[in-house]
Amino acid sequence: MATMAQAIRMALHYGEENLGVTDVFGEDVGPPLGGVFTASQGLKTAWNSPLDERGIIGTALGLALAGQRPVCEIQFGDYIFNTIDLLKIVGNTHWSCIGQFEVPLVCMTIVGAGIHGSIYHSHSFESVAAHIPGWKIVLPSTPIDAYGLMISAIKDPNPVMFLYPKALIRVKGEQRIPGEPDEKILKRMIDAPTGPTLAHIEQARVDWKPEWPSGLTDYQVPFSKANIVQEGTDITVVTYARHVFMARQAAAQLKESDGVSVEIVDLRTLYPWDRETVMNSIRKTGRVLVLNEDTPVCNFGEHILREIITECFYELHARPRLLAGADVPGVGLHEILELASIPQVQNIVDEIRGICAEEP
Amino acid sequence: MKKDVKLKIFDLMVTARCLEERMIKMSKSADGHFWLGGPGEEAFNVPLGMLSRPGRGVEYDYFHFHYRNAATMLAMGMDPRDELRQANNRATDPFSGGRNFVNHFARVEWNVCPVTSTIQTQWLIAPGTARAQKRHGGEGITIVTCGDAGTAEGDFHIGLNWATQPGWDLPLLFIVTNNRYGISTSYDQVHGAGNIAEMARGYGMEFGIVDGTDVEASYSKLEEVMDFVRKERRPYLLEASVSRLYGHSSSSGANRVPEDSETDPLEEWVKKLIKAKLLTRKDYQAKYEAETQRMNEYLKEVKQEPAPTPESIYDHIYKDA
Ligand SMILES: Cc1ncc(C[n+]2csc(CCOP(=O)(O)OP(=O)(O)O)c2C)c(N)n1
Repeated sequence: MATMAQAIRMALHYGEENLGVTDVFGEDVGPPLGGVFTASQGLKTAWNSPLDERGIIGTALGLALAGQRPVCEIQFGDYIFNTIDLLKIVGNTHWSCIGQFEVPLVCMTIVGAGIHGSIYHSHSFESVAAHIPGWKIVLPSTPIDAYGLMISAIKDPNPVMFLYPKALIRVKGEQRIPGEPDEKILKRMIDAPTGPTLAHIEQARVDWKPEWPSGLTDYQVPFSKANIVQEGTDITVVTYARHVFMARQAAAQLKESDGVSVEIVDLRTLYPWDRETVMNSIRKTGRVLVLNEDTPVCNFGEHILREIITECFYELHARPRLLAGADVPGVGLHEILELASIPQVQNIVDEIRGICAEEP
Repeated sequence: MKKDVKLKIFDLMVTARCLEERMIKMSKSADGHFWLGGPGEEAFNVPLGMLSRPGRGVEYDYFHFHYRNAATMLAMGMDPRDELRQANNRATDPFSGGRNFVNHFARVEWNVCPVTSTIQTQWLIAPGTARAQKRHGGEGITIVTCGDAGTAEGDFHIGLNWATQPGWDLPLLFIVTNNRYGISTSYDQVHGAGNIAEMARGYGMEFGIVDGTDVEASYSKLEEVMDFVRKERRPYLLEASVSRLYGHSSSSGANRVPEDSETDPLEEWVKKLIKAKLLTRKDYQAKYEAETQRMNEYLKEVKQEPAPTPESIYDHIYKDA
């Protein structure tokens, strides 16, 4: 099955061919590299920008104001922080001019820990992003969702922050994207030839052109639609991105050891998020753990918790909890440091046990 | 310059001055909360508006203003009432529906992109509209303005850099209106370089300086450089020296600066027109009084229009998909 990098690439290709995408750009996004995570290899509208995040966001906004459909990339979420004021402007443009200008732009950036990225390749961004009104924010956990959310993002006339998890970028999907060929064939068709040095890569790609799968569709994952990854009856875990998989492992373990049945909700869209699915699940189970890896103060999960408390307080059988990253300035490089900074399967198991042990 | 053009500029300069003076008074009463604008820049800003090509889409010019361009908007055809609506934060304010400060324009029919208060960020957005125009071809250009103090932001250089990418020289006219102040900090305290325009040299960009208090100099320089950007599809950095006749904004009092401390471009133009026998002092005074009166009447009218409703804060957060 396709990886998330391949899925994004295919969605962007579909967007270029069918949905009016005019520019896919950012640092190392165009040839020869096609993105440091290969998400933009072979795209006909991809181009390399200067190493300048402020210029990238500003130019994307200008392009959108001039009726283009840009998809820009900030190479790592860790380097988007110097554009915050511009993200504010992007988010308030349509509102401040009472709807006169539309801002159909997508900003994609890769986030989170899990690749031994140390202090500056492990940041989460969703909590800060959620504090910038006017954007829609997505963070897929699977290749097919990445494809479907990218199609939705491109089609939307509003700014969309397309976050995607570093740790899952090369993980193969479990579900076939409509039109996706067999894995080996896909690789041959759309993965650019590589080499030991930039010079080799450049040489190998001089005459290379991708052969795009012909059957790709505008398969969409609608915004604000969470996915119930697995059904359960004892507790709801509200999560997204890499922690969907960690929650699944924790759930399997708990089922085996404690006979606890865990329902896992993958939010997919963080804003505007799917309250209905979340609240309905909690009404069913009566217990909830909100789970992510961002730092805990003003964490996006705190917002969800607050909404849960306001709406479902009397239906809860135990105190709702947030399991988030450690309250530290960065994720350290050594494995031990990273594991201590980001919630791990055992932490999730412990947390769920604690919540389930509480008597109403 | 033809006689009728000279007089048209005069008319627009008086209108702009009277509009701004009306809004200054509003900021000192309950009619407006705040004022900042362009008295002292009319000799430059009026020709800028007259020579530009407002319209919708990449065929026309795109504008990314800072907050002193009312005279430009008037020269492009703005009804002064529209700006009074914004100053008085009416729901009928066509730019922002009562949401934004005075002189924070946004008009999609003329490609006037939303003015934001954040200094210099417009220089990052302008390369985007200019890139779309470069790709499209034709003669549409992007025009972006800023003040002298704002050029200390890195965004100033980002704009110049993105306008001169190899193979992608952009049809982008960068304009710095240098009034020698950023609020209270004088230019001489914080600028080591002799002038701002020459910074374009490092980017291989054409540049020039003009006396922005002189109508004829401004008009002919703008005519020349706009033609260059339109035809050559390459950027140009123009620095115009201008005056700031009422200080920075209402937060610094918005009082008229001492006589002779700064050149009044309107007064200079009137003197020239009188000398050329195109105008008498009496004509000028009559025009000035009539325009002042017209603005008073307009304000009365505008104040009757509805205020924004509380529910309206939720309008236009997203465009419906
Ligand atoms: C990013 C940012 N910093 C500070 C301010 C506050 N501020 C508003 S106007 C101004 C001075 C700008 O001076 P200049 O660029 O010379 O333009 P002028 O007002 O003189 O036309 C400052 C510091 C702001 N609006 N934005």
